[in-house]
Amino acid sequence: MTAPEPGARIARRFQAVKDEGRAALVTFVMAGDPDAETSLQIVKALPKAGADVIEIGMPFTDPMADGPAIQAAGLRALKAHQTMVRTLEIVERFREEDRETPIVLMGYYNPIYSYGNERFLSDAAAVGVDGLIVVDLPPEADDELCLPALDAGIAFIRLATPTTDDERLPHVLRNSAGFVYYVSVAGVTGSKALDTDRVAASVARIKAKTDLPVAVGFGVRTPEQAKTVAEAADGVVVGTALVEAVRTSLDGEGRATDGTVSAVGDLVGALAAGVRDAARQPA
Amino acid sequence: MTIAQPNTFRAGPDERGHFGIFGGRFVAETLMPLILSLEEAYRAAQKDPEFERELDSLSKHYAGRPSPLYLAERLTEHLGGAKVYFKRDELNHTGSHKINNTLGQILLARRMGKTRIIAETGAGQHGVATATVCARFGLPCVVYMGATDVERQKPNVFRMKLLGAEVVPVTAGAGTLKDAMNEALRDWVTNVESTYYLIGTAAGPHPYPEMVRDFQSVIGNEVREQVQAAEGRLPDALVAAVGGGSNAIGLFHPFLDDKDVRIWGVEAGGHGIEGDMHEHCASLTAGRPGVLHGNRTYLLQDDDGQILEGHSISAGLDYPGVGPEHSYLRETGRVTYVPITDDEAMEAFQLCTRLEGIIPALEPAHALAQVMKLAPEMPEDEIIVMNMCGRGDKDVFTVGKMMGWDL
Ligand SMILES: Cc1ncc(COP(=O)(O)O)c(C=O)c1O
Repeated sequence: MTAPEPGARIARRFQAVKDEGRAALVTFVMAGDPDAETSLQIVKALPKAGADVIEIGMPFTDPMADGPAIQAAGLRALKAHQTMVRTLEIVERFREEDRETPIVLMGYYNPIYSYGNERFLSDAAAVGVDGLIVVDLPPEADDELCLPALDAGIAFIRLATPTTDDERLPHVLRNSAGFVYYVSVAGVTGSKALDTDRVAASVARIKAKTDLPVAVGFGVRTPEQAKTVAEAADGVVVGTALVEAVRTSLDGEGRATDGTVSAVGDLVGALAAGVRDAARQPA
Repeated sequence: MTIAQPNTFRAGPDERGHFGIFGGRFVAETLMPLILSLEEAYRAAQKDPEFERELDSLSKHYAGRPSPLYLAERLTEHLGGAKVYFKRDELNHTGSHKINNTLGQILLARRMGKTRIIAETGAGQHGVATATVCARFGLPCVVYMGATDVERQKPNVFRMKLLGAEVVPVTAGAGTLKDAMNEALRDWVTNVESTYYLIGTAAGPHPYPEMVRDFQSVIGNEVREQVQAAEGRLPDALVAAVGGGSNAIGLFHPFLDDKDVRIWGVEAGGHGIEGDMHEHCASLTAGRPGVLHGNRTYLLQDDDGQILEGHSISAGLDYPGVGPEHSYLRETGRVTYVPITDDEAMEAFQLCTRLEGIIPALEPAHALAQVMKLAPEMPEDEIIVMNMCGRGDKDVFTVGKMMGWDL
């Protein structure tokens, strides 16, 4: 049996969205925040609300590239005893209903390494994970997980940043698959306002070097910002705003309320409308 | 996992920063170009005689090197075995070995044209040493320090502020060194163009473990000469405390290929390593390999790869990881790592103070407690060199509290 094209579902989804003449909405939520069951319901609600690609955070105690909002989301999940096994279960149960929406797991290397790289890749592929973003695995460490992931049919999605210059860019793109995630500001998640003026130029710079779709994230919070980015990029990533929506919906003890799932769904709906409002060049 | 015994223990790291399977460069893409240019700058500095001349001159006239090698006669007599020497790095300007590294790195930061310095600190010794060199060279300095450590190392917080540094208390996690390092990394990711991250121990992404080791190796190199002059031979045993591992690797590295020199690294055993309360910081004794803060190394972690909060009475040893070269030296068996509890360290602290008139920092008090176990078992003609890597002024409040004094 030949391994499937890594991230085939991701490619199909970006193509379908492009055929509609718009950008994709990529949504990030933290697995197990505020608890495993609610988080599954949130993930299930995302496509219905207009998300095209789902990123699920794998919580870690020491998320060195994340700002306070996503740090706190990870800690809420860990406090509710989220584990890697449970995170994979969320994907598995989501896949029982949805065979087409791409799922990307995002996080840091140690929880994967601890689970065992081989076991992780085979379990992730089995439950229907399409892509991985591992923040602390740069291309210099491709033999750790990126190359084995490609062999397992899972795309390794790379972050490109403002510090990734033209000389380094091909190196970053070399084993990338799925899409390229352009981090629009040098900084941690959620900290700076989006510099929309520079996004178009940066996206063009990356697209000159790759055929992969380019999604832009870090700093997109509102439907208006989503619209602006959607005019320049193939995808818009929203994370901090969604985990903040989870947080503000919780009760005094940090537990989910009746409004938790809908708080995320409503915001995703508004963001999806922003993306669909964007004026696009014809496909 | 075993590693074949190499011909030399001093060859590492390889060009990708690996010591065996340990080390490496596990950082976010934003930092990667910076890490690469840091390595380039360090390689250029290593080849530049002017860099060496400037560092030597500052070490001598500013930091006060070489530090003495002192025969602790009354302690030796008390223990009734091997001769015990202290390498007196607590006499350095700012009171610990940390200045050896901050002088080296500040010169590098200047060569790279960086205009802002950040650092993490546990005990505050590295923060003070960083604030000191920033004052000396007129560079703004921000020090991240866990909120728990801000509380227990107050004298050093004041010193940093006096020196003009901004001290940022970090409340995440247990508010100790690990959390301070996370926050420093977040600052660096955000201010990557202007800022130099001056890491305080032999850990982090390559080339930091190698670079910090090289700057600290002045300790071991001096000991080689001094012990030859005093005794006409090399020591039989070396002992040093291991937090991240910089003072220890600085003492050990020049001796790694001297097979007859036995080497002991002392970890913080906290309330003891038994049970699963994890009230210690003995990552080499009780942890397993993982990836944190840019390198693969032994870590205290749970079954799911989440990092545990350790405990030590000593803020400088209160870190759930350790520099990658120590992980390698543990795997190869070249260095023996042992835990020492809070209580044992306290006892050593008091003994040293009364017998030698030297108030040690709580970190080297851990090393001393191991010396107290080793020396009586060794013949009188054998020699132990222990790294007295810091003085205890910063710890008097903690110790006073432990002793039930009302300060
Ligand atoms: C006096 C002293 N010794 C040891 C340490 C631990 O660091 P390292 O293991 O890098 O020497 C510290 C750290 O703060 C310290 O202040």
